[in-house]
Amino acid sequence: MTATAIAVARIDQLFAAVMLFGIYSLLSAALFVVMDAVDVAFTEAAVGAGIAIILMLGALALTTREQRPVPRRRHWVALAVVVATGSGLIYGTLDMPSYGDPGAPAHLHVIPRYLNQSMAEIGIPNVVTSVLASYRGYDTLGEIVVIFTAAVGVIGRLGVAPEITALVKSGGMQHHLILRITAKLMLPLIMVFALYVQFHGDFGPGGGFQAGVIFASAFILYGLVFGLEDATKVAPPPVVHVIAAAGVLLFALVGVAGLFLGGNYLDYGVLADEPTKGQHLGIMLVELGVGMTVAASMISLFFAYASYKPEE
Amino acid sequence: MISAQLPALQVVLPLLAGPVCLLLHHPRLSWALATAVSWLAFFISLALLDQVLSSGTIVYALGGWAAPWGIEYRVDEINAFVLLIVSGISAITLAFARNSIEYEIRAERIHILYTGWMLCLTGLLGITITGDVFNVFVFLEIASLSSYLLISLSRDPRSLTAAFRYLVLGTIGATFILIGIALLYVMTGTLNMFDLSQRIAGVSDSRTVKTAFIFLSVGIALKAAVFPLHLWLPNAYAYAPSAVSALFAGTATKVAVYLLFRFFFTVFDPQFSFDVMQLDRLLLPLALVGVFVASVTAIFQTDVKRMLGYSSVAQIGYMVIGMSLVSVLGVTAGILHLFNHALMKAALFVVLGCVVFRIGSARLEDMAGIGRAMPWTAGAFVIGGLSLVGVPLTVGFISKWYLILAALEHGWWWLAALVLISSLLALVYIWRVIEVIYFQPPSDPSREIAEAPATLLIPTWLLIVANVYFGIDTSLTVGVAERAARLLMGDAS
Amino acid sequence: MEIFGLYNYWIVVVLMMIGLYVVVASGNLIKKIVGLNIFQTSVFILYISIGKLRGGTAPILLEEPAAYSNPLPHVLILTAIVVGVATTALGLALAVRIYGAYGTIEEEEIEEQEN
Repeated sequence: MTATAIAVARIDQLFAAVMLFGIYSLLSAALFVVMDAVDVAFTEAAVGAGIAIILMLGALALTTREQRPVPRRRHWVALAVVVATGSGLIYGTLDMPSYGDPGAPAHLHVIPRYLNQSMAEIGIPNVVTSVLASYRGYDTLGEIVVIFTAAVGVIGRLGVAPEITALVKSGGMQHHLILRITAKLMLPLIMVFALYVQFHGDFGPGGGFQAGVIFASAFILYGLVFGLEDATKVAPPPVVHVIAAAGVLLFALVGVAGLFLGGNYLDYGVLADEPTKGQHLGIMLVELGVGMTVAASMISLFFAYASYKPEE
Repeated sequence: MISAQLPALQVVLPLLAGPVCLLLHHPRLSWALATAVSWLAFFISLALLDQVLSSGTIVYALGGWAAPWGIEYRVDEINAFVLLIVSGISAITLAFARNSIEYEIRAERIHILYTGWMLCLTGLLGITITGDVFNVFVFLEIASLSSYLLISLSRDPRSLTAAFRYLVLGTIGATFILIGIALLYVMTGTLNMFDLSQRIAGVSDSRTVKTAFIFLSVGIALKAAVFPLHLWLPNAYAYAPSAVSALFAGTATKVAVYLLFRFFFTVFDPQFSFDVMQLDRLLLPLALVGVFVASVTAIFQTDVKRMLGYSSVAQIGYMVIGMSLVSVLGVTAGILHLFNHALMKAALFVVLGCVVFRIGSARLEDMAGIGRAMPWTAGAFVIGGLSLVGVPLTVGFISKWYLILAALEHGWWWLAALVLISSLLALVYIWRVIEVIYFQPPSDPSREIAEAPATLLIPTWLLIVANVYFGIDTSLTVGVAERAARLLMGDAS
Repeated sequence: MEIFGLYNYWIVVVLMMIGLYVVVASGNLIKKIVGLNIFQTSVFILYISIGKLRGGTAPILLEEPAAYSNPLPHVLILTAIVVGVATTALGLALAVRIYGAYGTIEEEEIEEQEN
């Protein structure tokens, strides 16, 4: 891993740097699995090695692939910053509990309630989902607002051109027969898998965020193979924007519903006659909101990059 | 029932308004919604401040999960006061924004701007009100991403590079904060501020907590543009749309300075921050150098918006000076200046918005002689500028007065003198502008320049009147700031 | 023994610093964004390491009692990953726009044009 990271730092070809970052991201996903963070691994693989790379390659295609060599002076400045920060951090780790220590405060405070009582209080086995969607659901609302903001920002800065540019107009890779057939076979599978991940997040790793990313990548695959024109026919950009906004609204309004039923904001317990049923319903709805916003935001990011045309 | 839910509504209303602004897809309708919601948020913050002043700290458990398991909102004197500033400045600059934005931004992007504005307000209010450190990070990112967007919406291509630079530095800052949170979590197992403050006491001599303190300080100081971490600020303010500059000048850095107060005084004990870490020994000299360097740099600017940007860096220095005096009086001065500076800088940027609306530029040489053609605008600049300098009967005077009192309380007459001398520097850069707009002949006498329209002048003068009003009647501002300072210093009397 | 328990964190610190180095040293805007991504991904690894419990398993509750790794850092990092990709998307969009306006994404060439 360190080797890939250093290689990214040294290489001047941006294309290779991006690819190496993809490898770096996949390696860290593997590391997350080793450290029991399956949900995180899932997401890192889909986002870091998937979406982020597509965006970076898109940006490279629209700009340039080579970077100018870095002047020596900058190296020294950077080195000074890094050495200072790094040695500070190493100093900070000296009093940390050692890796995996069961006596560490992080394992003793707050956490026991999540592990021991979430089954009774919320009633789903995946504790990550319980914490994500209920105990700390408000952070998750904030998170989809962030991704929504980014989508709005990219649309606002790049704009989605009403007509499709020559770059992708050629109909993608439609003339590759094998690609087309494989894509046709894969697409339904990916979509089904996305739906499975969306609704299975209560029991296994998964949930709205991962499902949204998978759904979006299916769509991006479609766009790449069959061309942007066909892709925008299936999902017209204005509709995608509406879905992105609707996902945020859905999540936020589930919270408001809690207010009207006499609970606090985002209290799902009051949504049904039994608290755990209410929690189930609430979590399902907000995960749906997450899935909608994430998928739609990612797709509109792709549209924005793919249809970008310098103005003037 | 409603009054118990106000803390959630404070943030959720603008959050809901953001996507709706995008869906409306109409410049005027989006503006109307944003303005209405912003005023509503302002009234909510007034009600919250009133509740806090009459019945003490409000604790609100989101999702019904009590902290530290869930996320809580915790409203006390200091953040109720900051909420009031943020929502108030947003409401009044939005009233100003309609014409100014229609002039400066392409029509098809206007609804995007108001979407971003609402999201930015959501982020800023969310950071201020929350009692959970990770929640701070999330809302900080909402505020940051929307600020990058808002800055870059301007037509000037330099706004793109300004936004990019802000994005890179802002993300480094946010990641530093993230590292700090991780280190605190390792040692305490909690993310709740109140819980942290109690649990840190037991581990405060560990090297990990000290490192966490440093990382959090550097990260937040980057966001607050505390000298020498201010490099992103001048260009960001200079090239953003005028109304957006006014919003940021009045809110964004203020919220970050509030976070510094919150971390130094609440999460960490003031004793830890200033006795163990000896933060004041570093902060005070840095702040003083910052005040002087930034003020002198401001004098040499040719773009008045950029000049005000440097001036903001200097003014943040005064807040930090107040903080690093570590006394009730000093902290009062810091918080007071946070409020007062929001008023004066928002006012001055709004005035520049009027100027840009008529002459299309904020460059000093283009403003020659406009004093006669735009008497109301120029008059507003004079009063706002005097407030910035700290002339009696304006809010600027009140801030400086308390700062000097706090310095003298320590017996540091040299500090009081330095504050006075630095105010003269502010006088120099403000006077440069006044001289050009009143006493220089217009660069192009044939050009007809009209006074700014009433829709721009009314919000502008509202801010100017606020500058004078709170300079005379200080019962609200000083009263609240003093109570907040006592709370932060842990002095209950 | 204490020291060996910490080497995991030190590797993370080295990775972080490589990322930070790329951000500061590169004049190329896209490379800067790649560096930010490495920096952030390494912080994610730091969080997840904190959550690891020796002998623990993934925090999905089983019928029989078991020791689980700490789910809270996982939740936080899920959020942080999304925040990271959002920042990346916006930063790259700005870089593309800058290329459109200046014809370059090298910081120094842009500065030359601005002055």
